[in-house]
Amino acid sequence: MAGMKQRMRSGKSAVKNPGKLLTRLMKYVFREYKLHCLLVFVLIFVGVIANVQGTMFTKNLIDEYITPFLLSSDEPNFTPLAKAIGRVAVFYVVGVVSVYLYNWIMVKVTQGVLRNLRNELFEHMETLPIKYFDTHAHGDIMSIYTNDIDTLRQMISQSIPQVINSGFTIVSVFVSMVILNIPLTLVTLVMVGVMIYCTKSAAGQSGKYFLEQQKNLGAVNGFIEEMMDGQKVVKVFCHEEETKKEFKDLNDKLFISADRANTYANYLGPINAQLGNISYVICAIVGGVLALNGAGGFTLGGLASFLTFNKSFSMPINQISQQLNAIVMAMAGAERIFNLMDEKPEADDGYVTLVNVAEENGELIESAERTGRWAWKHVHQADGSVDYVELKGNVVFDGVDFGYNDDKIVLHDVKLYAEPGQKIAFVGSTGAGKTTITNLINRFYDIQDGKIRYDGINVNKIKKDDLRRSLGIVLQDTHLFTGTVRENIRFGKLDATDEEIAAAAKLANADGFIRRLPQGYDTMLTGDGANLSQGQRQLLAIARAAVVDPPVLILDEATSSIDTRTERIIQESMDRLMRGRTTFVIAHRLSTVRNSDCIMVLEQGRIIERGTHEQLIEEKGKYYQLYTGNSIGA
Amino acid sequence: MVRRLLKEVKEYKRASIATPVFMILEVLMETAIPFLMASIIDDGVNAGDMNYIYKVGGLMLVTAALGLAAGMAGGRFGAKASAGFAKNLREAMFSRIQTYSFANIDKFSTAGLVTRLTTDVTNVQMAYQMTLRMFMRAPASMICAMIMAFSINAQLSMIYLIAVLILGTVLFFIIRHAMGYFEQAFPKYDAMNASVQENVSAIRVVKAYVREDQETEKFHRASENIYRIFVKAENNVIFNAPLMMITVYTCIILISWFGAKMIVVESLTTGEMMSLLAYCMNILMSLMMLSMVFVMLSMSTASIRRISEVLNETSEIQNPENPVMEVADGSIVFKDVEFSYKKDSEEPVLKQINLDIKSGETIGIIGGTGSAKTSLVNLISRLYDVTKGEVLVGGRNVKEYDIEVLRDKVSAVLQKNVLFTGSILDNLRWGNLNATDEECMEACRLACADEFIERFPMKYQTHIEQGGNNVSGGQKQRLCIARALLKKPKILILDDSTSAVDTATDAKIRRALGEEIPDTTKLIIAQRISSVQDADRIIVMDEGEVNGFGTHKELLDANEIYREVYESQTKGGGDFDEKGGEA
Repeated sequence: MAGMKQRMRSGKSAVKNPGKLLTRLMKYVFREYKLHCLLVFVLIFVGVIANVQGTMFTKNLIDEYITPFLLSSDEPNFTPLAKAIGRVAVFYVVGVVSVYLYNWIMVKVTQGVLRNLRNELFEHMETLPIKYFDTHAHGDIMSIYTNDIDTLRQMISQSIPQVINSGFTIVSVFVSMVILNIPLTLVTLVMVGVMIYCTKSAAGQSGKYFLEQQKNLGAVNGFIEEMMDGQKVVKVFCHEEETKKEFKDLNDKLFISADRANTYANYLGPINAQLGNISYVICAIVGGVLALNGAGGFTLGGLASFLTFNKSFSMPINQISQQLNAIVMAMAGAERIFNLMDEKPEADDGYVTLVNVAEENGELIESAERTGRWAWKHVHQADGSVDYVELKGNVVFDGVDFGYNDDKIVLHDVKLYAEPGQKIAFVGSTGAGKTTITNLINRFYDIQDGKIRYDGINVNKIKKDDLRRSLGIVLQDTHLFTGTVRENIRFGKLDATDEEIAAAAKLANADGFIRRLPQGYDTMLTGDGANLSQGQRQLLAIARAAVVDPPVLILDEATSSIDTRTERIIQESMDRLMRGRTTFVIAHRLSTVRNSDCIMVLEQGRIIERGTHEQLIEEKGKYYQLYTGNSIGA
Repeated sequence: MVRRLLKEVKEYKRASIATPVFMILEVLMETAIPFLMASIIDDGVNAGDMNYIYKVGGLMLVTAALGLAAGMAGGRFGAKASAGFAKNLREAMFSRIQTYSFANIDKFSTAGLVTRLTTDVTNVQMAYQMTLRMFMRAPASMICAMIMAFSINAQLSMIYLIAVLILGTVLFFIIRHAMGYFEQAFPKYDAMNASVQENVSAIRVVKAYVREDQETEKFHRASENIYRIFVKAENNVIFNAPLMMITVYTCIILISWFGAKMIVVESLTTGEMMSLLAYCMNILMSLMMLSMVFVMLSMSTASIRRISEVLNETSEIQNPENPVMEVADGSIVFKDVEFSYKKDSEEPVLKQINLDIKSGETIGIIGGTGSAKTSLVNLISRLYDVTKGEVLVGGRNVKEYDIEVLRDKVSAVLQKNVLFTGSILDNLRWGNLNATDEECMEACRLACADEFIERFPMKYQTHIEQGGNNVSGGQKQRLCIARALLKKPKILILDDSTSAVDTATDAKIRRALGEEIPDTTKLIIAQRISSVQDADRIIVMDEGEVNGFGTHKELLDANEIYREVYESQTKGGGDFDEKGGEA
């Protein structure tokens, strides 16, 4: 059952190198749980031996105790039997205890490995460049943490111990069978061969149709998703019947493949069971003949034991073939997990750091305390001398070229100059490159050519964390995190006091509504702040930036349909936030643009006009067109 | 709940009945084998009768072959029944959803419906197959084995009966206990997923604020919680296997001891004892299987509930008995209309709405978020039913019309609009299946969509991806308008439908609509005053009520809200460029 489910889920793609992946995974498991694994190995072995001893008991029971009773006419003496039962009971206890223990250890190992994998995945994910998130569907990333990890759980906790267990069992049972009777062992082996062949062909058919089912399921899934998303449109256009018809076609296809896949999968059980029974019968007949002739001292008790072994031989062989299949399938998940782990993290060669400074005798001195003044600590690589440059918020772009891929440049020769405290506005149509420019300042992406300087230092030399700490950012779509309102505002500055938080909230016009929330600043936010309105979430995002108190600010004005009153409140708090800071704003609102020190008009990745509002109106170019609403085309 | 689902078995009823029948047949065959075994040993081997061994051995082979045939037939029908059941369930749900009104659709989230139609149905399919194949098989196997055992030796078989009772009870408690932990684990799992989700979608914020370490720490906590709860849950489950072993071993020892004594006094034969030992496995394995079936079933109850919720949801908006098939004109009247989304909510969304709109008028609607502009227009095409009062279209209550006729003549361009996978032409023809290429182009011209379509290399054959993600927001909106125009409606509703279109194009579209389809009543909801100020009359909505209704001039003079909005938008508060985010 479990094997089938796995096949359904992860049967999509064949893994190129399952052996290599398995080795890597096993190494991962061993790394932290070496002793545990060793113990499990030993315990499984002990369990198997105990079990075989138990089976041997049945042989002895008849041959050594019961048959003598029947043959001798004396008063039967049960003491030897009692002793034998006592002995076998010990074996049984050892078997049970070792099975329990190895299961107990495996729970720890499995869950522990999964936890470590999850943690490492997440840790690594946090270091990946933005580009990774741009190029991978979010659903796919999520599914690594859930589906793929889950598949591994099945594999580590069940498949692998079972393969080991079955391996031991096969060997020990085989040895016992050979000791008991060689001709019968040969008969059993032939039947096992037949069984493996039948299983393989049924499993092969089943697998083929499972792949098809997976494909059809994907098609049905996609169709449902699209239609459910557009259900209201379907209603408005009375398109229900057409949609139903289309769905029926896809659904019927899915049925056919699911039917076939499951049919072949269901054949496996009876084929194995009945072939096992047939093998049993054949051994019984051959063994009966042998025992009757007394060939090679083969006894009735021997036959009884052999028949038990016959059963316990075919079972593990089936298990191994099934589990091996499951393991190969689980490797598809392991591959995705390791692929994420192997992604190259964001490179950071920066060595210029941000430190607190105090001024003494006109010179900047590094300080361990919070002084409220910051400086770039520049250790020159050539001679090891140290420079301190005060953090002011001066940003220069010099001939910057950028493309998300090397072969497609989207920004060409961007030049701009922002003095501390200046406000720079970017305007232009969708796709002109406004957001892209702002993403370069904090090095979400690295440029292909040119230089970006921050307070005269090439941003490539600044440690990324410190660079980003010195920049405040308010994005167009607000993202909040699970946690209290207070924690969300504190997001940008871990050591912010409650007073600082309240001050930031007041600056952002958020204090009022926060106080009206049921638990005020301690109200829990969940699901990206789903319990707040769009406007309130934006105010929180502004407060979050305000608490950092950065010298440079990047603002992406929201364009979503917010009513005029809320918009005015947001505008007010944004204006307050911008005061006294170097601000790069992707502007959508007239007032913001007009109040800017410099306006950059972008078109297709180039700055085509620059200047103040008055200058640009004078020029009667693209800006004039945009401003007067005479432009055409999006 | 379950019965509602079972109604969908339909044409697979025969397969559903055949499956357990064949499974029981397989069980009978399997049970017969140890019995025949005993007979071979006792009457064949011990009596030295080789012919007897051949005879019974042959019989056993036939039995095994029959068992194989029955087993495969059971598997075949089980697969057919369950896959067919799943197919019917999906179809029933999908058809049901197609009858939903907007109110019904609001109740379920898109993601929720997708899960219900896929994962939940798959769960039920699995559980159904398991039930058909195992639910009858396991008890039957146990009972048969039990009967055989009792017929061999009732006294010794009592051991099995007691073992089954004890093992059954203990298994029950273990599973119940473990299920409790597993249920606790789900919310912990959700919390971890939320943490991943948050970080994936808001990675820019995390990186911009250099929060990687704190977020990682948060995730570690969530991950550790899952570790703890799962270890607890699994530590219960791992008792199952050793417990089973203890029971089997105890039975073997007891049977051996008492059996040996019985053999000595000749009330039991060696062969019979061998059979008894073989049945031991049959009985206890069946019990184990049965417990697994119960686990599967109890895990699928959540899915069953979620599916039946979809199937039981009924739409309140139904076609009237003798529907009116013709909409006379585009006039709209609201008479004392009150409306709430939920019947029992105290504060209605719309109250005391009285409007009289003449056919062919252009009406602008403006108001803050939450002022119920969208709710107002949704009542016209009967996407929702009024709670009180009535809405008249073409002089008749909307409830008297055939729904399809009404919605064809009242064409709404929704605020949240989507395009579907297919060519541009395919999408346009949603408006009218029989529209010619020329008609489609004409509609695009009116909606100012022709200019960008002509620039696509494939023009009108351009493939639109799911949700229309390969065209920009403004282009999507214009295609949606064109699609709505193809209905040749008497009333056209544009619900914030040009928000992503730049001001100039917006004006151009309005001009085209005014000139080319002058007889169509047009309702335009907008955020921008510029989009509505040329309308014949403008409705100002405020908190579910009509605050003002008149021309631009009248409202500017007399309506405070309107004036306020107007001033904020023209004196440095308006939009600078087009709306809609960066691609």
